[in-house]
Amino acid sequence: MRFDTVIIGGGLAGLVSSISLQQAGQRTAIISTGQNALHFFSGSFESMEEAPRRTVELFAEAGIRLHYSPGVRLTPLGTFRDAALSLEDISLFPTPQFGRKILLVSFMGYLDFFTSFLAEGLEKQGMSCRIRSLDLPEMEQLEQSPSEMRSVQIARTMDRIWEKVVQEIRVLLRDEDTVVLPQVFGLQDTSVPGRIRQGIPARVVFAGTMPPSVPGIRTQMLLKRRYEVLGGTYLMGDEATGADVRDGRVRSIATKNLDTHGLEAGHFILASGSYFSKGLRSNPFRINEPVFGLDVDYAEDRNRWYHPDFSGEQPYMGYGVRTDAVLHGIRDGQPIRNLYAIGSILGRTRPELGSAAGLAIRSAFVAVDEILKSDPE
Amino acid sequence: MKLQEYTESKYNFEECMKCTVCTAYCPVLQVNPLYPGPKQAGPDGERLRLKDPYFFNYALKYCMNCKRCEVVCPSGVKVADLIQAARIKYDRSKPKLRDRILASTDFMGSLARPFAPVVNGVTGLGITKTALDTLLKIERQRTFPRYSARSFEAWLRRREKEQAAFPEQVSYFHGCYVNYNEPKLGKDLVKVLNALGVGVRLLEKEKCCGIALITNGMSEDATRHARHNVSVLRKAVSEGRKVVTTSSSCTLTLRDEYPNLLGVDNADVRDALLMATRYIFERIEAGAQLRFRTDYHRKVAYHVPCHMERLGWGIFSEKLLRMIPGLEFTLLDSACCGMAGTYGFKKENYAASQAVGAPLFEQIRAVSPDIVACDCETCKWQIEMSTGYTVQNPVSILADALDE
Ligand SMILES: Cc1cc2nc3c(=O)[nH]c(=O)nc-3n(C[C@H](O)[C@H](O)[C@H](O)COP(=O)(O)OP(=O)(O)OC[C@H]3O[C@@H](n4cnc5c(N)ncnc54)[C@H](O)[C@@H]3O)c2cc1C
Ligand code: SF4
Ligand code: SF4
Repeated sequence: MRFDTVIIGGGLAGLVSSISLQQAGQRTAIISTGQNALHFFSGSFESMEEAPRRTVELFAEAGIRLHYSPGVRLTPLGTFRDAALSLEDISLFPTPQFGRKILLVSFMGYLDFFTSFLAEGLEKQGMSCRIRSLDLPEMEQLEQSPSEMRSVQIARTMDRIWEKVVQEIRVLLRDEDTVVLPQVFGLQDTSVPGRIRQGIPARVVFAGTMPPSVPGIRTQMLLKRRYEVLGGTYLMGDEATGADVRDGRVRSIATKNLDTHGLEAGHFILASGSYFSKGLRSNPFRINEPVFGLDVDYAEDRNRWYHPDFSGEQPYMGYGVRTDAVLHGIRDGQPIRNLYAIGSILGRTRPELGSAAGLAIRSAFVAVDEILKSDPE
Repeated sequence: MKLQEYTESKYNFEECMKCTVCTAYCPVLQVNPLYPGPKQAGPDGERLRLKDPYFFNYALKYCMNCKRCEVVCPSGVKVADLIQAARIKYDRSKPKLRDRILASTDFMGSLARPFAPVVNGVTGLGITKTALDTLLKIERQRTFPRYSARSFEAWLRRREKEQAAFPEQVSYFHGCYVNYNEPKLGKDLVKVLNALGVGVRLLEKEKCCGIALITNGMSEDATRHARHNVSVLRKAVSEGRKVVTTSSSCTLTLRDEYPNLLGVDNADVRDALLMATRYIFERIEAGAQLRFRTDYHRKVAYHVPCHMERLGWGIFSEKLLRMIPGLEFTLLDSACCGMAGTYGFKKENYAASQAVGAPLFEQIRAVSPDIVACDCETCKWQIEMSTGYTVQNPVSILADALDE
């Protein structure tokens, strides 16, 4: 089967690049082993210190509204992190002291939202906190099995009963100026977080839960839907296993499910992520990129891969595949002229493109522009 | 020091990094509080079971074996295989009479077919349904698949000569459903393949693929079927033929469940075994042509069955349907219909089965197509019963659109 461009990896980098190419009139396919890092997404795009119109528009067309307001966001552990460009339901504050009196609300039996850590963190900033757990009959079914009391399961129930939650909170609310709720709203219906804010006479802050991330899954779902509406082909659950590379160009890739049926294309994008997604693999002896065998930048001496201080910056997280100026993947020192490596598979090899989600988006645009510039073959 | 270079474990279970992604996509977990979910039932439970079989949890029977957990797992853990393998290894409960009956699709078919009009009449009667419901715990609200009076095998056997005259041949694993319930689908396949210059042959006596035997705790019977089927497939493949199928669940069973769950080696025949839509697509890509009617106008919504999704071949059916001029195509969101073979027939699963399918049914009603396309017969029963829309296999849609 032949496409204009085939993208390996359907995470943030793969989706942003393929949506852009599809919009520009290309016929593309994404092949992705499984789901991706968006399932752990906080909702804030790290290293996006600006709000490029191109990014904001691409998300808006997928039905995802972003807001931009440099400051800090609240983490699930009650600490604060710098953030700027974020999903609309993520609250950003100029300083950590965002309120005086806080009502922290969770649900009976829900263990994946750390209200006591949050309270401790907020009290450190001089805010006073009151914690309450709602006991709703609609959640009794969930309570029977602790493995079901996860963010996504609760979110499915909340899409139905959020109005009742608003009523309960209105009753609970005393003189607090802020209500902190877990991010379990608006999995399917994206208008819910906004409507909750309207319904409660205090500021409402949604704070992160243990994975999976509800705003992250929603983002993945909407981007994928947008891609499919544009006519893209998303092959979920398949794995690129190897490539036919001749004369410095990729001709086709082989996949697990399509075995003998290779995927041919004029261009290929490698957006297969880092160790977590198996875009990079490591064993006690080396670190490699399994699909094309691209050159990887890493220290020969294994003792230098990690920092003895567990919480220190770990060198192995910086390792990534080698690329040239426009992100052509390099193998045996030579660039492959129709292959582009983007997203977290780059590690910290391209610091000028930022890190995390910022790197995924910026590198995707570099590859897209280069592909649209080069003549089709 | 000797270090192991890669982690290796059966069904990759040690690769699980506890990311919980699978739990977000398991359709049963969303509706049945008794089910522990893929992570718990799969890799987490496996660690305990390896310590002591005492930890085997009978709630694993609620797993529909839809494989959605495997499709979304970023670490390549064979979650559903782990769960089914554990049931095969540890479940010592004897299958109920009801489960034996539901699982024996070919036996039921050969019994029922000669009396088709009577059987169809009787299973449609309220009193029979009540009896099935109370005696056998088969949900009374189900409509039953109808049996055809003449089998597909008999039909094709009478055309052996005519089919042998084509320059090329494929073998067809038709499965119980085409043979006993809907011979028309088999005839449609013959029509399309003939139009491509390919003749169709039967295998030398196929048996039911055995998928229902596996999920109903009769793995020994399933293994017997598997050995037999692999040997007849081998014969066809050794004579240089590909083998095509029209059911995604039969195909997944023959290709993957045989080696992975039943330990029956099929390495030499696996690659020759294809869904018919993949085979047809590849012929067309290689230059063959199909001529379509110009007056075909239908709105078609395609539902990719779970097992087709696991095979990763939905794209072939999709591309073929999109080739038909006058066909307005919609791809339905990836979702499970809730039927999962014999699962939805059982009284204890009926409510869950309907709840799982609800989002899909809603989307079908919203799209309101002339036809829902789908490569699986049990999805067809579920969708037709729950929405009232007509469901057709993509091969039948192709056959209808052909210019004769
Ligand atoms: C747990 C976690 C939390 C994070 N949270 C944030 C956050 O809150 N904010 C932020 O800015 N950044 C965050 N990041 C950083 C994150 O890496 C980026 O934000 C971004 O999501 C990475 O996107 P990607 O597309 O490069 O890779 P990924 O999202 O990892 O996607 C790669 C995809 O490729 C697939 N794949 C791999 N190999 C193959 C193959 N051979 N064939 C086919 N498919 C293949 C994988 O299965 C996966 O689906 C987080 C990262 C992790 C791991
Ligand atoms: S998705 Fe895979 S890796 Fe993640 S918890 Fe499930 S089995 Fe483990
Ligand atoms: S096979 Fe389907 S029902 Fe069973 S655990 Fe996986 S997703 Fe759930």
